[in-house]
Amino acid sequence: MNAQQKEMLLRIMELQFAATELNLYLDTHPDDMRALQEFRMRSQELMSAKMEYERVYGPLLNFGLGMTGRTWQWIQDPWPWEVNWRRS
Amino acid sequence: MWVYQKMLQYPARVRSTNPRLAKAVITQYGGPDGELAASLRYLTQRYTMPIPEAKAALTDIGTEELAHMEIVATLVYNLIRDASIADIKRAGLDGYYADHDKALYFVNAEGVPWVAAYIQSKGDPITDIHENMAAEQKARSTYEYLIQLSDDPDVTDTLRFLWQREIVHFQRFGEILNLLHDYYGRERVFHMKGWDPEKMPPVDR
Repeated sequence: MNAQQKEMLLRIMELQFAATELNLYLDTHPDDMRALQEFRMRSQELMSAKMEYERVYGPLLNFGLGMTGRTWQWIQDPWPWEVNWRRS
Repeated sequence: MWVYQKMLQYPARVRSTNPRLAKAVITQYGGPDGELAASLRYLTQRYTMPIPEAKAALTDIGTEELAHMEIVATLVYNLIRDASIADIKRAGLDGYYADHDKALYFVNAEGVPWVAAYIQSKGDPITDIHENMAAEQKARSTYEYLIQLSDDPDVTDTLRFLWQREIVHFQRFGEILNLLHDYYGRERVFHMKGWDPEKMPPVDR
């Protein structure tokens, strides 16, 4: 995985973490409109970052939820446990 | 249903081969307070939760725990991937190697396999949420011990992330407990005051 792909993926991971954290908070504070606004914003950003990534590197999600190109990229290495995240 | 996302929740970094650290960290994969136990506990308790907030929180936290299981697996996999037989013997992982080679298996730090008895699903939502709050605290303590044991700053960084998540989950479960008290119209007391002895099961003296 090259540096640019890693950078894009890391951005997606960050956005998804923000959305996950807000999601859990909203589960117990469903009437917090500020948190809901923030969640909507993050989830929009996350969706467009994922689309941009998938257009180049193939689907991030299986079972038809990711974007599939002209070849079956789902089986492409590396899998998440194989990515070297060490800062070089 | 669930779908898989081809990414980790957190970039789990490993600096160098370290089977000795792997032997300790694996307890958060298949130990009593590990991520498999956490995930399965919450995902199986959710069916009998009476309020929407609780059903959602258990589903979402149970799902996040699966992502944590994958992070712990990634740490262990990368800590032992390049270990030689000599490294494995030195680390005391030879017993594990005899049974599993370098494959991932659900054991605690002493090699004891995972059992469903680590978790409970009691049907009483108040009881279950108390169990979960205790579980988050036990996992927090375990991550603190692992951070003390870690001699790899990159692994420590990921352990710290997982440690923080235990604290957030504890907070969310505490809020669920409050919501359940509201739902049942019950006083928030943490001793037996206010309990009606008439409603307690009869004691055979």
